[in-house]
Amino acid sequence: MIEFHHVSKRYPGGQEALTDANFTLNNGEMAFLTGHSGAGKSTLLKLIALLLRPSGGQIIVNGQNLNKVSKRKIPYVRRNIGIIFQDHKLLTHRTIFDNVALPLVIAGHRHQDISRRVRAALDKVGLLDKEKKYPLMLSGGEQQRVGIARAVVGKPRLLLADEPTGNLDPELSEEIMKLFLDFNRVGVSVLIASHDLALIKRLGHRVITLDHGQITSAEKVAVSADD
Amino acid sequence: MINLFLRHCQVCLYSLGKACRSPLPTLMTTAVIGIALALPLGLHVLLQNVQRLTQGWDSAAQISLFMKKTASDAQINSLADTLGKRADIKSVKVISRTEALAEFREYSGFADALDALADNPLPAVIVVYPNLASDQSAEALETLVDDLRGNDNVDLAQLDMQWIQRLFALMDIARQGVWVLATLLAMSVLLVVGNTIRLAIESQRDEIEITKLIGGTDAFIRRPFLYTGLWYGLFGGAIAITLVLLALWVIDAPVQRLALLYQSSFSLQTIDFATLLLTFVFATFLGLAGSWIAVGRHLDEIEPR
Repeated sequence: MIEFHHVSKRYPGGQEALTDANFTLNNGEMAFLTGHSGAGKSTLLKLIALLLRPSGGQIIVNGQNLNKVSKRKIPYVRRNIGIIFQDHKLLTHRTIFDNVALPLVIAGHRHQDISRRVRAALDKVGLLDKEKKYPLMLSGGEQQRVGIARAVVGKPRLLLADEPTGNLDPELSEEIMKLFLDFNRVGVSVLIASHDLALIKRLGHRVITLDHGQITSAEKVAVSADD
Repeated sequence: MINLFLRHCQVCLYSLGKACRSPLPTLMTTAVIGIALALPLGLHVLLQNVQRLTQGWDSAAQISLFMKKTASDAQINSLADTLGKRADIKSVKVISRTEALAEFREYSGFADALDALADNPLPAVIVVYPNLASDQSAEALETLVDDLRGNDNVDLAQLDMQWIQRLFALMDIARQGVWVLATLLAMSVLLVVGNTIRLAIESQRDEIEITKLIGGTDAFIRRPFLYTGLWYGLFGGAIAITLVLLALWVIDAPVQRLALLYQSSFSLQTIDFATLLLTFVFATFLGLAGSWIAVGRHLDEIEPR
């Protein structure tokens, strides 16, 4: 699903955020991306979502070489990836329903189709009764779940999450992570950046560790959480 | 294809609804556009009216023969008869001294002053309408005037032509002026719409960024702004037309009175259908173009990080 071949990223200031990164995330696989702050976790995710372009190397997502994607085609690549942000990035002036519906509206789905799929996504994250509320009326955990519903409503084959539990207490964090496990179980590839090592260990999926822009380990864990 | 059309309709109505939900800012922007467009439109309509009024004047050059006071009515009438039979004269009209006085008394407002005079100061006039095709040169007219001037009883022969030519020249200048004005004001409309849309983009920076993050194309993001500009233009055009119609309505009564003083049945013509349509199309185009410029310049600057 994701392949990094000798990828490096140097910011205009000269700071090297990622150096010769190599790893592969298989189709349907779930992995955690970890490391201290500034290790390059966000940079790596942004490269996958084409929010940044690499300074060197090749990134292949879903069989597509991202270096060959023109600026005009970027939106279509992003539509195939569900992205979840630490700060949720919800539209505060729109209802929960409208927020979750946005990817489908962008993709030009029919109205009935949109209603059905938005409700299904909200039901999945347990917020079906909040569809008429606005984001700021919800708690942090609920807002994050809205963000997740928005990311999965378009049925992407890949989910990216940047510190999805960063601002949540352990209990809520666990709940959010369970959602990701659920999506992974139905075949969605998931890559989550997180520094909550204790939680990651408990879930028992593959961990990719970054240190000063270099991948120091990309171990595979033999046993997954469900076994 | 149908889907795309439906989405366009949706965005079109959505941006209309959005504009209507904040009526005051919308009204202010559209009023600026309306006033800017009303100026050239109003002048254009006025010019059209003047043109209509003066239509046919160039072919209806007339020669006024002011008779000597010594000429008797009989002499004048016989001269008029002779002139009326000439091939190069279409018709003649005699205004006797009494008629001239009566007319002057009625329209000049100097009735009291005239009463103070012992004698009628006005000469008799024979108005000669030459039988010349309009394309015939002014020289032919001059020859005719010279000929008429030769008559003993004629005091003064005046060709009432020059002032018409001057008027037409002035109107030509005015017409060009309207175009220059329209161009300048059209540019100001572009700037007004552009600036309004720029502010709208700025205030929706987060929304645009998030939309780009989850795969919104530039076209998708651009669309509501373009339709907003289109609505601004359309409303601005409507305001311009309303303003001009109002102005015409206000000056209609005085114009009627003035026309009456000239014994004319002239009445102000309002905006014709073609101009009406053209104003709407042009205003809408300006609104769209203004927002297009703003969107093109500012949407690229907003990239998610």
